[in-house]
Amino acid sequence: MPLILTEEQTMLKEAADGFLSENAPVAHLRALRDSHDADGVSRDLWKAFGEMGFAGVIIPEEHGGSGLGAVEAGVMAEALGRTLTPSPFMGSGVLCASLLAEGGSTEQQGEWLPKIAAGEAILALALDEGPKHRPSAMTARAERSGNGFKLNGAKGFVLDGHIADALIVAAKTDDVTLSLFLVDPKTAGVEIERTVMVDAHNAARVTLTDVQVDADAMVGAIDQGEPLLQKALNLGRACAAAQLNGAGDQAFQITLEYLRTRKQFGKLIGEFQALQHRAAHLFSEIELSRAATLGALQRIDAGVDEKGLSASIAKSKAGRVAELAVQEAVQMHGGVGMTDEFDVGLYMKRVRVLNELFGDAGFHADRLARAQGY
Amino acid sequence: MTDLETFRAETRAWLEANCPAEVRGPMDSEEDRVWGGRNPTFKTPAHKLWMERMGAKGWTAPEWPAEYGGGGLSREEAKVLHSELRRIDAQLALSSFGIWMLGPALLQFGTEEQKKRFLPEIVRGEIRWCQGYSEPGAGSDLAGIQTRAVDEGDHWIVNGQKVWTSYADKADWIFCLVRTDPDAPKHLGISFVLFDMTTPGVTTKPITLISGKSPFCETFFDDVRVEKANLVGTLNRGWDVAKALLAHERTMIGAMGSIASGRPMGLVAADSLGVDSDARLEDPMLRARIAELEVDLAAFNLAMERVGDQVKARQVSPAIASMLKYYGSELNKRRHEILMTAGGSDTLEWESERSGHGSAARDWLRTKANSIEGGTSEIQLNIIAKHLLQLPGA
Ligand SMILES: Cc1cc2nc3c(=O)[nH]c(=O)nc-3n(C[C@H](O)[C@H](O)[C@H](O)COP(=O)(O)OP(=O)(O)OC[C@H]3O[C@@H](n4cnc5c(N)ncnc54)[C@H](O)[C@@H]3O)c2cc1C
Repeated sequence: MPLILTEEQTMLKEAADGFLSENAPVAHLRALRDSHDADGVSRDLWKAFGEMGFAGVIIPEEHGGSGLGAVEAGVMAEALGRTLTPSPFMGSGVLCASLLAEGGSTEQQGEWLPKIAAGEAILALALDEGPKHRPSAMTARAERSGNGFKLNGAKGFVLDGHIADALIVAAKTDDVTLSLFLVDPKTAGVEIERTVMVDAHNAARVTLTDVQVDADAMVGAIDQGEPLLQKALNLGRACAAAQLNGAGDQAFQITLEYLRTRKQFGKLIGEFQALQHRAAHLFSEIELSRAATLGALQRIDAGVDEKGLSASIAKSKAGRVAELAVQEAVQMHGGVGMTDEFDVGLYMKRVRVLNELFGDAGFHADRLARAQGY
Repeated sequence: MTDLETFRAETRAWLEANCPAEVRGPMDSEEDRVWGGRNPTFKTPAHKLWMERMGAKGWTAPEWPAEYGGGGLSREEAKVLHSELRRIDAQLALSSFGIWMLGPALLQFGTEEQKKRFLPEIVRGEIRWCQGYSEPGAGSDLAGIQTRAVDEGDHWIVNGQKVWTSYADKADWIFCLVRTDPDAPKHLGISFVLFDMTTPGVTTKPITLISGKSPFCETFFDDVRVEKANLVGTLNRGWDVAKALLAHERTMIGAMGSIASGRPMGLVAADSLGVDSDARLEDPMLRARIAELEVDLAAFNLAMERVGDQVKARQVSPAIASMLKYYGSELNKRRHEILMTAGGSDTLEWESERSGHGSAARDWLRTKANSIEGGTSEIQLNIIAKHLLQLPGA
């Protein structure tokens, strides 16, 4: 498999970039932010995403999706990263769609997958608990109760949790294994607090107090949540890497444009070798990050990234590179880079959030080290 | 089975039968490389056999056309071959400036006679080449070379001096930049010529590096007679050939960054430093450095592969070789810094038998040239800024 996009994938990329720059450029994010929009994301846009076949990119055709793969999901994620568009794509179209498509019961799939694909439903995965992504340290519990389970625990950083039509909650069913539950957010005992983040995107804190669910709320078999979750996270991490690439590269492109036009000391600042070399270094880093990400997405599609190490490499690399890109962007813009009016600050904030999502660069480098036995 | 799967199965079987045990596993040191040539040296007879078998199949240059002795493989097949070679940890059958640098330039610019004459010898490792580019006054500013070639009808007479000519004392032939028109602007009066190092008037003098090794030479030309048939490309347009060759050289030097031989570095470090109660490398700072390096190494390997695919699909400028050269050579330096840190005082030994006569330290010092040879990192960054980023005045 060559490490480049196929013709079809390139067409999808052009369609996604075109659609987003027309319908949801950075101004869209600003409008949502400045109007303190109650949802923080446009449901119309999510519907339009569905109509374009973007929302259900990984959902099988029999459930109304496009039946495509990880590379295509990455293409969408990168496009969203470029325009900073708030979208339920990651939570619904990638994570929850993957969990349901892989482990959902026939009823669950029939009910939710077509709605996600059509951009009609927003689902959210409630996984993280502390300030850092650390699935192995989960304390939320599900205890057998009546004909189902009783859930207790507190989750944070739940993407789109405040507007979710359904939550998928990860909870320990005994000391080691975990299970996944599809929970109606209106169930008694579910409390949801919206947390507007630094990048004006959406997440929520979810508290579960004696939340009673039926046995058929389980996604996948009991105690078998781990492999499903790993699979979804793999895809999520590789897509987050793609999104980081989109945001980082866009910040870089804006910076290059500035280097070509801003004058000081009677010269274009892009003529200064000190800046040229930093730009050239950053370019090299971005090339590596892109290769690592496409490599991971292709391996996921080929079914050869079982341990998720390629995804970890991509997430770790993309996180560090995008961080460098936004830092250089603000610095090379000088004072203007610090103003809210200018876009590069928005990229810096978005990259910070994406870096924390599903494990930061250190988390993933550590995973790689452990997998190799040191 | 698809064609590619069949190819993999056949390749695996062939390698199983033909790759000797002695050439599997990491090399003890750079010295063990096989360079071929008229007076070749081999670490073991198996190394000779391995070069000959791979050469006969054309697999020392797998993607070159079979009519010139190459393997005639498609890019996808070549990838399979490389992955199969990696799988059994096979050492490089033949290291060769002919394969990495001159051959690709000949394929692009050489005459049919030149290709027929030189390429098969290169593939089989029969002739060893060196590169006569740099001069005392022309390093980064390579187009400033002064070595003169004066037209004498059917041949030229070459006079001048080259410097830093790697392995000039062991090479059989040289590919060389000479000035054929002293009055033209500096890029337009250069020609690219080939000649035998045993031609009367060619002498070499070794230069010892900080690694204590001396495969480098000053090379002197004193009325050296060069046949006109050995001009590659157009007269006075040798810069085009030189640049194309540099792109291949840079990719090759960059590729050294991607070599992660044998045992994962974290385990190598754990061998010497020990592990903590969680079975993690005792030194947490070093562990973090290694893990980050491994992420970069893996990403770099994919970037190498991707650039190859992009070049094949004509999606990228040849200047992308500068990115690989820059990143790969800096990465290789980082890797050796870490290896020295991990090895501690064991890697500081310079002359003991136990340390392979200081091979770790010597290899570490040698890598410092990676970001100088073939154009310095600064020059690569200039090229990226100018050709890939279109920055002004660069
Ligand atoms: C181990 C080794 C092997 C080599 N093998 C060969 C060989 O086989 N054949 C051959 O022909 N040559 C060979 N070389 C030569 C090599 O290509 C040159 O050393 C290299 O191009 C740098 O030239 P220089 O040494 O003259 O340094 P200079 O050009 O004098 O550079 C000195 C410093 O100035 C910096 N500099 C120069 N110009 C600029 C600029 N425009 N912008 C910013 N910084 C700049 C450089 O980056 C460097 O840091 C080899 C060199 C080494 C060290």
